[in-house]
Amino acid sequence: MYLYDEQDQQLVEQRVAQFRGQMQRHLAGKLAEDDFRPLRLQNGLYVQRHAPMLRVAIPYGMVSSRQLRVLARIAREYDRGYGHFTTRQNVQFNWPRLEDAPEILAQLAQVQMHAIQTSGNCIRNVTTDALAGVAPDETVDPRPYCELLRQWSTLNPEFAYLPRKFKIAVSGAAGDRAATAFHDIGARALRNEAGEIGFCILVGGGMGRTPMVGQVVRDFLPRAELFNYCEAILRVYNQYGRRDNKYKARIKILLKELGLEQFRREVEAEWQHLRGGPGTIAPEAFARIEARFSQPVYDAAEATFSDPVQPDEPAFRQWLTQNVQAHRMPGYAIVTLSLKAPDSPPGDLTADQMDGVAKLAERYSQGEVRASHEQNLVLADVPRRRLYELWQEAAALKLATANAGLLTDMICCPGGDFCSLANARSLPVAEAIVQRFANADELRDIGPLRLNVSGCVNACGHHHVGHIGILGVDKNGEERFQVSLGGHDGSGKGKNTLGRIVGPSFAATEMPRVIAQLTDTYRRQRQVGETFIDTCHRTGIEPFRQDLYGDTP
Amino acid sequence: MSEHLLYSNGQLGENDWQLLTDEATDKTDAPAPDTKLILPFPRWQALGRPQYGVWLDNHENVDQLRDALSAIPLIALRFPVFTDGRAYSQARLLRQRLGYRGELRAIGDVQRDQIAYMARCGFDSFLLRADQEAEECQAALREMKMPARYQT
Repeated sequence: MYLYDEQDQQLVEQRVAQFRGQMQRHLAGKLAEDDFRPLRLQNGLYVQRHAPMLRVAIPYGMVSSRQLRVLARIAREYDRGYGHFTTRQNVQFNWPRLEDAPEILAQLAQVQMHAIQTSGNCIRNVTTDALAGVAPDETVDPRPYCELLRQWSTLNPEFAYLPRKFKIAVSGAAGDRAATAFHDIGARALRNEAGEIGFCILVGGGMGRTPMVGQVVRDFLPRAELFNYCEAILRVYNQYGRRDNKYKARIKILLKELGLEQFRREVEAEWQHLRGGPGTIAPEAFARIEARFSQPVYDAAEATFSDPVQPDEPAFRQWLTQNVQAHRMPGYAIVTLSLKAPDSPPGDLTADQMDGVAKLAERYSQGEVRASHEQNLVLADVPRRRLYELWQEAAALKLATANAGLLTDMICCPGGDFCSLANARSLPVAEAIVQRFANADELRDIGPLRLNVSGCVNACGHHHVGHIGILGVDKNGEERFQVSLGGHDGSGKGKNTLGRIVGPSFAATEMPRVIAQLTDTYRRQRQVGETFIDTCHRTGIEPFRQDLYGDTP
Repeated sequence: MSEHLLYSNGQLGENDWQLLTDEATDKTDAPAPDTKLILPFPRWQALGRPQYGVWLDNHENVDQLRDALSAIPLIALRFPVFTDGRAYSQARLLRQRLGYRGELRAIGDVQRDQIAYMARCGFDSFLLRADQEAEECQAALREMKMPARYQT
């Protein structure tokens, strides 16, 4: 992972000191709430339903054992003993005290972590593929570019007060595990025919109340122009993005209002002024960034061992099938630690589990952990011969639920239990569904299925791209849940699609039955080899709708 | 409280430029050329007198000043509220694209916690919001040292 140099370190320390001063002035009544709010948001600090919420960045998902132990300490000392991992590779603490935030940030800075720009109308934490650097289908490791973008966007003076938040994701593999089509900018790293690295640039994707799939603005951008092109996009957006209505302020609305062609002309015209200029990244700058990444050390001898065989442990074999993926290095595996255990809210990790994972990472995976878009953790460099030991230890931590990619591996926002924006409580619904699908055989028979739950239209639970999406709505003061089908974020095969609403909403208590009905329809309709989303795309929503609501359209 | 004038080098100054915000003032009656006035862009344009200062609202295109830039002694860009960041891009364009060398002043909702960003975009003077403390704002200009490689 990237290791700070002195300048990087000095910057996060100065940022802490700056925020400490801002907090002091605020608490002393010298900085009014309206003037303070954007400052605290750009330091990750929200004021939520019960308490402040602090969102800590895990830049492009990489976290070391040492950092994880500090997160655990913070969870214990300043929170209620746990943290929540989000879809954008951040970790949130839901119960800190407002006045403790600067001290928490100071402790984070000691291990090269921060909460800079994890909220607010600015460029947010850059995200990427949790399997970066180890996935067999990767062409370009996206992480050096993520780090370059992290530096470029950090305290970028021109883009600190944008019309609305701005999210960038970078991927570099055939499978898009970073949801690049659902970000303000999606940069897909690739090589052209000459072998040069560049990016396919998508703009205007997003979830929220107006979900849109990002559109390709440029097929191939030479990597040296990455900052210049992003600057051109952001400058067009900063000047022309709507500021009169926060629901129409994202860049996707600007792109829609201008149309793709006009938007592209504006961006390209701006870029022509910047191209080759001072923002161009020099070849040695790439080398310098890459050199500051610690590299995993692989042992060729690992390839000579065979996988552990545990005939008496069907649970281990299920986990091996479900949570262990192929690695680009022979003899190594990529392991998903599921944060979707039956009795725990999706994405939550206790302080003890954090310490436990830190130890697992040191023992089995080079001291590094990744946070995934699906709100799980990934150990990316595990020798295959040690998988059984790892499984035993992970199971003791309740982190070996063999459900990666299955129905109970839900993406779910914190919902109305915590968030002041939510219309509905998403967590109890998720919990009821997990209880309904407690049978592992049934789960595996249903197969790969992305079930995403959002407590309101802001779509933090990515319901638009769930194969099944659940959206909490408020109907005359009653919590109801709307079901959509056929969404897809592009992580597997197939194109990016937004889900379609199946029909009228349901009460929370009906949801386990509804989901069971949808999976029954799939199992009746599926052809050989078809996953849930395949069947959904082939048949459309009609058979599902009929089974759910009866024949009346 | 009166508004302080702060320069990006940390010095406080006397504000001897008069900001004309009232666009209703008589458009035909030209003020004496040696008075230090910052005119609203439409009036400045109507007078065709680049030796005056001019201020732009944040939706006005800085390109409109292009031909007169070398003669304009002062351009002010307005922040109607500090959360509206359009003037940062205007400042960048004036400095980097159009090569403006005169004084670039931030006016409007100009507060301590944004002036470092403003300075880095090319503003060199700040007409601070009336409640802002001068010493605090001077400190704000010194509190962060950005690595040169982060942004140009």
